Amino acid sequence: MNQEKDILLKISDFVVEFRTETGTKQAINHLDLAIHKGESLGLVGESGAGKTTTALGILRLLPKHSAKIKSGIIEFHGQDMAKMSEKRLMEIRGDKISMIFQNPLTSLNPVFTVGEQIAMVLRKHKKLNSRQAMEEAGKLMETVGIAKERIRDYPHQFSGGMRQRIGIAAALACSPELLIADEPTTALDVTIQAQILELMKSLQSQYNTSLLMITHNLGIISELCKNVAVMYAGTIIEYGTVKEVFSNPMHPYTKGLLGAIPSLDDHKDRLVAIPGEVANPYHLPEGCSFHPRCGCKCEECMKVPPEMVEINDSHFVACWACREGK
Amino acid sequence: MMLENDTLVEVKNLKKYFNVGKGKVLHAVDDVSFSLKKGHTLGLVGESGCGKSTVGSVTMRLQDPTSGELLFEGKDIFKCKDKKENLQYRRDMQIVFQDPYSSLNPKKTIRSILAEGYQIHHTVTKGELNDVLSLLSEKTGISKDMWEQYPHELDGGKRQVVGIARALSLNPKFIVCDEPVSSLDVSVQAKVLNLLMDLQEEMNLSYLFISHDLSVVKHISDRIAVMYLGQIVEMADKDTLFSETMHPYSIALLSAIPKVDVENKVSRIVLKGDVPSPINPKPICRFANRCWMSQQICFEKEPELLEVAPGHCVKCHFAKESRKLMAGAEKTGLNSGEQI
Repeated sequence: MNQEKDILLKISDFVVEFRTETGTKQAINHLDLAIHKGESLGLVGESGAGKTTTALGILRLLPKHSAKIKSGIIEFHGQDMAKMSEKRLMEIRGDKISMIFQNPLTSLNPVFTVGEQIAMVLRKHKKLNSRQAMEEAGKLMETVGIAKERIRDYPHQFSGGMRQRIGIAAALACSPELLIADEPTTALDVTIQAQILELMKSLQSQYNTSLLMITHNLGIISELCKNVAVMYAGTIIEYGTVKEVFSNPMHPYTKGLLGAIPSLDDHKDRLVAIPGEVANPYHLPEGCSFHPRCGCKCEECMKVPPEMVEINDSHFVACWACREGK
Repeated sequence: MMLENDTLVEVKNLKKYFNVGKGKVLHAVDDVSFSLKKGHTLGLVGESGCGKSTVGSVTMRLQDPTSGELLFEGKDIFKCKDKKENLQYRRDMQIVFQDPYSSLNPKKTIRSILAEGYQIHHTVTKGELNDVLSLLSEKTGISKDMWEQYPHELDGGKRQVVGIARALSLNPKFIVCDEPVSSLDVSVQAKVLNLLMDLQEEMNLSYLFISHDLSVVKHISDRIAVMYLGQIVEMADKDTLFSETMHPYSIALLSAIPKVDVENKVSRIVLKGDVPSPINPKPICRFANRCWMSQQICFEKEPELLEVAPGHCVKCHFAKESRKLMAGAEKTGLNSGEQI
């Protein structure tokens, strides 16, 4: 979707299933996504859309006993991460690609000091000795706005916002090429969320890291990202620059999402709710998985899943109706 | 300010302290007063730990207040000892809880959850029960197939609708909505908000709507109160609050919300630090240590909640100057991303 050579990570035809007692859950369905160097890409969707599964799938962190990657190629530096050995993966995780988790209360280990947890990454990937690593960890803590003196404190001694800063410091320790942030501010209050967003904005420009921002908050996407991919039932249904997609949404689901948010600026009396319920991943409808909730479905929608079509060079949508309207 | 007979609920100087041992007292709610008109909605916003939910549960008398009055249709409920009268208040005031996963009894079917209120208060006979339940289900959009289901079989949005239907079953006049949509996805949230607003119009309900999400509160409320550390720091009609924000905390809170609008980006005030502890607070302005315009007096004297314009109350020494100061700070680039 842009120049090929700039692509940092390319996911194609990615399919993930979960085997559970109730049956097979189709979490990711033929997902295609590319992240370019230095790009900040937002991934939005409701709960159960497969956002987190995508993130964990990239790093191959999905639970081994229940999740199965049916097909797909995750191309990173010419290598396919979907078929990589565990040893090679461990070299990449935390070094080339790192992740910030949703809940800062549970993503840090309570029995290690925060300094130790940041230093751990540096010892593993940069082969620093203990003293150097701790020194470096102190510097990283200062970059995210926490006093170096607190390096020997334990996670429980920090507030939620500060813990998330520690998580960010650990994720940035090796200046990764790609940072995956999985709802990093959902567990935080708005004023603390504002602190974290400002921090991420400045760090991203400082480190020139590519960012995959996963969130259900469209406001955060519009603040932090250049491009956005809207996800529904395990697949991308609309992709483009934030400006294009938010000001001129094409897919009925994106339109619905934007209409469902109460706005601070205008005075709508009623919100436009999307009818029906989120598609059941155990029994996905045939054709376009959004068609049972869609107001403008046609014959084709019920039979064949739509393919991504280009609206213009910065806007793509997977919808039969949009194609016909053209 | 408003006609006395129009007011349904009036809370005066409500305080709720918790003893946390070793002579420490947690001031969860400290001197909160507000009033609510019939058919209106008062939104209560603030960050976690600011005491909004405690206000809700004390108003419902789920907890006893440390001091204060609650006038419901002119009578003080906190002092009421008469059992029969108390039962009547229970009927008139209901609550919708935040978490639809823990607020419904997992061992009961939806039908028995909805019927519980009628059975306790004996407002209908056994023969009428089915008709009344059908009516209630129709009003709230619960299909009859759901009656024999258990809460775990429903998704979050439907559970919250059951919670709302249960609150409505006894035809209350006043409902406390304690973060009713914060655990729901946006598309489901829109449905629940629409339902709440339709029911309000139909039954002339009054809501105390508690939420941390300012855009949701703005959507549903007539008046909004902003809380910080157990106190109301600013209260005004919703349009006034958003257009003429005066308290520095409200200004920061409004600017902190990430906006979808790609065209008009406003500069943001990032507050430093976290909310301080509400244990044994000093008699000074509680926001002073995080405030970007605090001065000597803020650390010495607690400001009062003063009415600066009709219906617009602010608790700040510099209420009138705050907007000017903000404009000044913007010019010097003090608050664009920088922590001040």
